[in-house]
Amino acid sequence: MTDFKHVSFALLAVDQVRKRYFARAGFLSTPKPVDAVVDVSFTVARGETLGIVGESGCGKSTTGRLALGLETPDGGNVRFDGEPLPQQGSPAWRAMRRRIQLVFQDPLAALDRRLPVTAQIRESLDIHAIGEPKARDERVLSLLTSVGLTKDHASRYPHELSGGQRQRVVIARALATGPDLLVCDEPVAALDVSIQAQVVNLLMDLQAELGLAMIFISHDLKVVRQVSHRVAVMYLGTIVEEADADVIFKDPRHPYTQALVASSPTPRQKMKAPLLLTGEPPDPAARPSGCPFHPRCPKVIDMCRTVTPTARQITPHHSLACHLTEPAMLEAMAP
Amino acid sequence: MIRFILSRLARAALTIFFVMTFSFIVLRLSGDPALIIMSPDAPPEAIIAFRKAWGLDDPIWLQYFHYFGAVLQGELGRSMRDGRSALVIVGERIPATLLLMIPALIVKVGIGIPAGVYAALHRNSRIDRLVMSFAVFGFTVPSFVLALVLVLVFSVGLGWLPTSGADSWRHAILPVLTLGIGGAAVLARFTRSAMLEILGQPYIRTASAKGLTWSAVVRGHALPNAAIPTITVLGFMVGSLLAGAVVVESVFAWPGVGRLLVVSVSNRDLSVVQVILLLVASTMVCANFAVDLAYGLFDPRIRQAPRGAGR
Amino acid sequence: MTQATTPVIADQANAAAKGHPKAQPFPLSVSAAIVWLSLMFLVAVIGPSLMPYAFTAIDLKARLAIPFTSLHWLGTDELGRDVFSRLVISIRISLLVSFVATIISATFGTILGFLAAHYRGWVEQTVLILADFQASIPFLIFALAVLAFFGNTLTLFILLMGIYGWERYARIARGLAIAANSQGYAAAVRQLGASPNRIYLSHILPNTASTLIVSMTLVFPEIILLESGLSFLGLGVQPPMTSLGNMVGYGREYLTRAPWILLAPATTIVLTTLSVSMLGDWLRDRLDPTLK
Repeated sequence: MTDFKHVSFALLAVDQVRKRYFARAGFLSTPKPVDAVVDVSFTVARGETLGIVGESGCGKSTTGRLALGLETPDGGNVRFDGEPLPQQGSPAWRAMRRRIQLVFQDPLAALDRRLPVTAQIRESLDIHAIGEPKARDERVLSLLTSVGLTKDHASRYPHELSGGQRQRVVIARALATGPDLLVCDEPVAALDVSIQAQVVNLLMDLQAELGLAMIFISHDLKVVRQVSHRVAVMYLGTIVEEADADVIFKDPRHPYTQALVASSPTPRQKMKAPLLLTGEPPDPAARPSGCPFHPRCPKVIDMCRTVTPTARQITPHHSLACHLTEPAMLEAMAP
Repeated sequence: MIRFILSRLARAALTIFFVMTFSFIVLRLSGDPALIIMSPDAPPEAIIAFRKAWGLDDPIWLQYFHYFGAVLQGELGRSMRDGRSALVIVGERIPATLLLMIPALIVKVGIGIPAGVYAALHRNSRIDRLVMSFAVFGFTVPSFVLALVLVLVFSVGLGWLPTSGADSWRHAILPVLTLGIGGAAVLARFTRSAMLEILGQPYIRTASAKGLTWSAVVRGHALPNAAIPTITVLGFMVGSLLAGAVVVESVFAWPGVGRLLVVSVSNRDLSVVQVILLLVASTMVCANFAVDLAYGLFDPRIRQAPRGAGR
Repeated sequence: MTQATTPVIADQANAAAKGHPKAQPFPLSVSAAIVWLSLMFLVAVIGPSLMPYAFTAIDLKARLAIPFTSLHWLGTDELGRDVFSRLVISIRISLLVSFVATIISATFGTILGFLAAHYRGWVEQTVLILADFQASIPFLIFALAVLAFFGNTLTLFILLMGIYGWERYARIARGLAIAANSQGYAAAVRQLGASPNRIYLSHILPNTASTLIVSMTLVFPEIILLESGLSFLGLGVQPPMTSLGNMVGYGREYLTRAPWILLAPATTIVLTTLSVSMLGDWLRDRLDPTLK
């Protein structure tokens, strides 16, 4: 369920969206449906960072794309600043790109190898006709400075820069239009660990400075913890738990979250015994019945196999989709 | 596996369907089929009867159906030159063409593939450079130039072989040589590059690191893998068995299908052209189908992989 | 069919140059190719003004004159026409037809490839089926059928040649555009809000241009061979126009008595296709390391 307290201030409101893909196995066989995202709802307020974590294939990238309007959901809706997202590919959609931007995982692929970086940042401004043409070059330089690059970097080509520098260029390009929301899809996964910290800090500084809202998608919990105000944990296309960042890491309630958190060491805290997950990693094309996590859950009970848990608010800021925490269950299990 | 075969079969059928449609459209566009397929001085009653038989006064989509029916029954019109069935006329010429193309294919494969493999195994050696210089012929010298040069040397210069015609087996030597040399050059180049690509793969290094002798590696790993792309080229060559000798047959006045095509085009003998087109396309489609099946046999990945978009 | 071709001639030339730490900018063979092609280009453009005789001028008194011995540099043919002048005009016409056809084919193929990549769905399937169809009929047969059905004017002939090879460009363009669109720079720029025009013209096209140009150098000699083959058979360029293939065809009758009539155009054909192929191989070598 959506946290209604934030709805009126919500910059982005995603409500029960669903996305299904069809994987064709062969020319004559019927296509198999793959539910990438199932009944996902969340909101993002201005200036807030929502982290989305999960394993590969859990649907977090698809969710990010749905939030951006790069894909059209099969069910549910997405509202940005109160308005539904325009039809994909229409001029209204293109104009909306000013306000929602995406930072990619692979900065080298996201940049045109033939153009110097300054031209690529400037392109954002050209497309949306921001400011006077003559003033745009100035703006590009100031954008470069704000992401920690210098004039020397401006005339270089993408392959002449390091990974971290390239990502900064991508961020600068994304910020050029002054967006309200930045969606970062694994922005540091392709970078060296030492550089990761720099880029993450940059993002946080920019957020503080510009009042950006962010959706930070990653499989790396350490990074997500640092950057997010709130965190949503996804598994096989559904959000299994959502809470403030500290709560998720200090007091996770869902068995999957518990396993994730336990496997990621935090400094100055003793490692608890890791909860080992059994079973195979999930196949989105063959969803289990009932709770999607039940084949691997160490605390599984009969009900989990047949009934799909819906997300409930267990506190105003903490929602959870698990049978084990329902009051009726807890009573039944009490000694 | 059945699914794989069926999908390839469907694709082959679709291509033939396309060719027939193309033939139909082009035939209709180029004038009144009645006047074209029957000779211009056929009596008016015959033309009217023909129009009725072919349904030429029917709406176009109905004509389309009739056309398909006619083709499948072998009713493909008559030659303008002598009024005989076009199918029969073309059929008569097929053996002559095969008499050239099959030996030529043997020459191509017999020279081209070993040369290419040898060149790849001895890269940058003198043999390799020789083979590659020879291979250049394949794509720079037109077949008619090669043919005329051979005639100049062997017929005119040395007097060993006749210039043209098809009276004895000796007449076949120069055409077969022309076709064979050109094809061998193309095949040599292709085989060499396929082999080189395979030899550069990591698993070849692994195989020889395992302790296998080099010849065992080549025989057991390199050649079978290089066979796969080579099959495609071979398939194309087999598919062109009827069509590949157009120019050569004309140069040597060899009475095959190719020469018939050229003559029919000059005379605008459309029913014969149509028959040859359908025949050639069918041959090619069958060859491609066989290649696809062979692929499926040789390369298990193809059987499993989703067909996706295009090849 | 795989497009795995290895550099043939450039390989040999480079092997010779291997001892040098710095790669030579122009291997000898490629320089020779460029020289020849420039010469051909020059002849095609200004040649007619250098012709000593009109190419159709018949001079029955000087039939079958031997080259270099008479007023005719390359001799005369059976009607006393100057072979050199006819060669000049033939070069011009052959190069014109082949060049225009290559451009048409590349443009047509690239546009279809981009359309297939952009719209996917049935548009893509149609383009792919058409490409398969085109690849499954030997082009010579296809061309002959079209010529039979429609007759032969120069414009029609050039358009017909312009169909040759489109499916190769289409496959390349489609592949590169799909890659760019799904994960690459084109997806990024679309996400910025760029219109499809901008994406294709300013980004995808420049990035695919080099691969397409290399393909053009592979297709161009094949078109020359195709055109000369058809003209040789009398089904290509029609008189009074003359092309290289035509000349060889006419010269065939006099193979024994006056071989120069066909040797001059034949040599020109071979040297030209050879030069373009070498250039293409070398270009592809140069472009490959920086590509992907």
